[in-house]
Amino acid sequence: MKGFQRDDDFTSRHQHLEGLSDEELKSLFWEKIDQIVAPLLTLAHENTSPSIERSVLLRMGFSSIEADGLVDLVIDRGLMGYGAGHVVYLAAQQTGGDIRQAGLELMDGKHWDEVSRILKGGVK
Amino acid sequence: MKQLDPNKKLDIHEILKDLDQYAPKRRGWTWRKHEENLEMGGHIYHQATTPLKNSVATQAGVEYFDNLDPQPIESITTEIASGRFEDDIRRMRMAAWHGADHIMVIRTAGQSHYDGLIEGTPQGIGGVPITRKQVRAHRKALDLIEEEVGREINYHSYVSGVAGPEIAVMFAEEGVNGAHQDPQYNVLYRNINMVRSYVDAAESKKIMAWADINQIDGAHNANATARDAWKVMPELMVQHAINSWFSEKSGILPNNISLSTVPPTASPIPTLRYDLPYAVALRDFFGKYKMRAQMNTKYVTSSSREATVTHVLNMLISRLTNADIQSTITPDEGRNVPWHMFNIEACDTAKQTLVGLDGLMEMIDLKPDGVLRQKAREIKQRAILYLEEMIEMGGYFESVERGMFVDSGEYPERNGDGIARHIDGGIGAGTVYKREANYMAPVCAHFGYNNTDQYGVSHQDACDLIGGCTFDDRSKIQFIDELDPEDNVELRLKEKEAYRNTNLIMPEVQWLADGTVTVDLFVPVDQQIAKAAAIEIAEKMNLTEVEVIHVEVMHPSEGTRVQVKGILNHAVDIDKLEIPKENGAMSDDELWAELEDSPMKVVAGTIGEDEHSVGLREIIDIKHGGIEKWGIEVEYLGTSVPIQKFVDAAIEIDADAILISSIISHDDIHYKNMQKVHDYAVERGVRDKLILIAGGTQVTPEFAVESGMDAGFGRGTKGAHVATALVEKRRERA
Repeated sequence: MKGFQRDDDFTSRHQHLEGLSDEELKSLFWEKIDQIVAPLLTLAHENTSPSIERSVLLRMGFSSIEADGLVDLVIDRGLMGYGAGHVVYLAAQQTGGDIRQAGLELMDGKHWDEVSRILKGGVK
Repeated sequence: MKQLDPNKKLDIHEILKDLDQYAPKRRGWTWRKHEENLEMGGHIYHQATTPLKNSVATQAGVEYFDNLDPQPIESITTEIASGRFEDDIRRMRMAAWHGADHIMVIRTAGQSHYDGLIEGTPQGIGGVPITRKQVRAHRKALDLIEEEVGREINYHSYVSGVAGPEIAVMFAEEGVNGAHQDPQYNVLYRNINMVRSYVDAAESKKIMAWADINQIDGAHNANATARDAWKVMPELMVQHAINSWFSEKSGILPNNISLSTVPPTASPIPTLRYDLPYAVALRDFFGKYKMRAQMNTKYVTSSSREATVTHVLNMLISRLTNADIQSTITPDEGRNVPWHMFNIEACDTAKQTLVGLDGLMEMIDLKPDGVLRQKAREIKQRAILYLEEMIEMGGYFESVERGMFVDSGEYPERNGDGIARHIDGGIGAGTVYKREANYMAPVCAHFGYNNTDQYGVSHQDACDLIGGCTFDDRSKIQFIDELDPEDNVELRLKEKEAYRNTNLIMPEVQWLADGTVTVDLFVPVDQQIAKAAAIEIAEKMNLTEVEVIHVEVMHPSEGTRVQVKGILNHAVDIDKLEIPKENGAMSDDELWAELEDSPMKVVAGTIGEDEHSVGLREIIDIKHGGIEKWGIEVEYLGTSVPIQKFVDAAIEIDADAILISSIISHDDIHYKNMQKVHDYAVERGVRDKLILIAGGTQVTPEFAVESGMDAGFGRGTKGAHVATALVEKRRERA
């Protein structure tokens, strides 16, 4: 699909920039960049993804294969918004604190109901 | 692990041994150390860094300046990825000896779309699958290699695709020092969903910041993709800025944010008219960030000579402005995945050029006004207009949807052929999840909302909740060795074991014993016929899988240069080789002992029509370590000395020897002249009395002896070699 087309209208389009010093141009440039980037940062601040959650599990001491399996299960159970690491953390609280043990038991289908109930209960 | 011995090959089995236990020596990027007014080889360098402990200088450095090898101020990058990481390790070692301190490993085709980490050591295409095992093996090898050369080596790969955050974690854990990270690359060139790409990117960058990884952006891809590379200059400014600012806001320090910038044009375009204003504009706006100067790939052809010239011009731009990292593109990039020797050529080209340009800007200035500044200002204004329109359109996503990026028009011109992506489209669309109010991740270096307060712990101490994450305690890292029993390094090594550190060798360009050779031909016909002829010629040379890799017209009918590659299926048995004895030199003391009490006299000159006297002067002059050093008396006859004059002069001064120098070698004139000197000495009845020695870059010692000489010397000969021969020949006659 062809996008929009336009001849080079730089001469007329840039008139408002003509009087600006090099320093002013630079400030203006970065001001506009911030305007464009700020919403992207907010988006990243407020959301997560399977790769982010797997990266959390890697840092918690799981292998890539385990992290992959666990995040799939977290997605299946609709718990991504709470964090996969959070799910494992809560499961560990149920089983005496060992993180890896808890993760492997989750992969065996254990603890999901209890963890889900706590998470969906909202902020403590 | 044992240190490397320069005289021994690196043992890949040793690298792979106990890899599950290996921890990298350090993390984070390391810059070279500038040495102010460094004196080396009698010269002062203004932009040089701490010299290497072990290195190979450029060819002139080796041949004329006693391995003089100053190291320029820029980090020098070489990209190595043949598909087999085990073979790449040897190339990394060679590159490090030639001055590379930033080794970039290209990923295998398709890894961007792999949703997760790849494990093990499968073979790649056009790169290697970046896995933990492979990365750890590379870093372990480089930890040894950097000690061998005496300078830190930065290891680099890519944090992009749909698994960015996981790759970033693995890189942080494995001591990777540099990485490409730019969500725009995902969006524009890999069609990965843009929302997912930006959400992932912030996490990746936060992790990279923790690991002190130097980030390089992906803007150079617009150069390579756009129809006319120089027209995307305003957009490049925008792309650099989006990623840089997003990175800084995600936690990366400005000195770890590098702009991947490429001079967009290549000659026969008047390159400096475009490339210099652009480079100036970029540095005006992005002064606080680092510059990773990449070389132009857009207009690279199969001519390695032409690529080299383009790259030298690129480095002129680097030095007329500034660059922190000078990346190199191999001169064979236009015809195949880079081969060993071309990585080395690229490193040498960079080193040779940058050292040659040492201190340039202390002597000249870029004009503060005129066309350079006008053009730079125009590019900056065009970039601002670009941003104004993006904001008008509603922001980043909306402008990508409208096809604003990689349009072939120079903004504000639009040709409607940009790369448009839909916010709900692409790989990984719909895989982003809103974090709930009680969202929590109990780890270090996590970007964004993280409610650890609910468990009484601050955001910074999140991993206290689990007694520390892998960033605090690497014993928690789970190492996976191999997953694929059919495709792994052990099987590949076994296949070639007969050639690994044994008596059998085959020529190679990328993989051990690949057998690949090139033949460079001039064929006196037009190019169509020449190509066909070249293939037959190569096949007659017993090459298989013959392919033409380069064709250059010398004249439409007079002739064509053709380069072909093929496989030579022959292993050389070193044990059965007759290896000519290297003309070893006696020590200083031994020579003095032989010559102090019984000195020698020689006559010397360049023979026939040869005016090249530099080599001979090096052999004679005391200040170059020539034979005069040991008291040998030299009657220098000058250049283009006639045959008879050598012998007549020797008789006249009662010399012990004649030294003949000959650079010119067409039609074997050098050997013919040697024979004539011998014959004339016989004729004059003095042959038994005189020692005849010939030297020159094209002289093969055996052929010189066959042509009547007592000894011959080729490339790389020093005065001590010749003095030794004189002493030995005199002894033989005594």
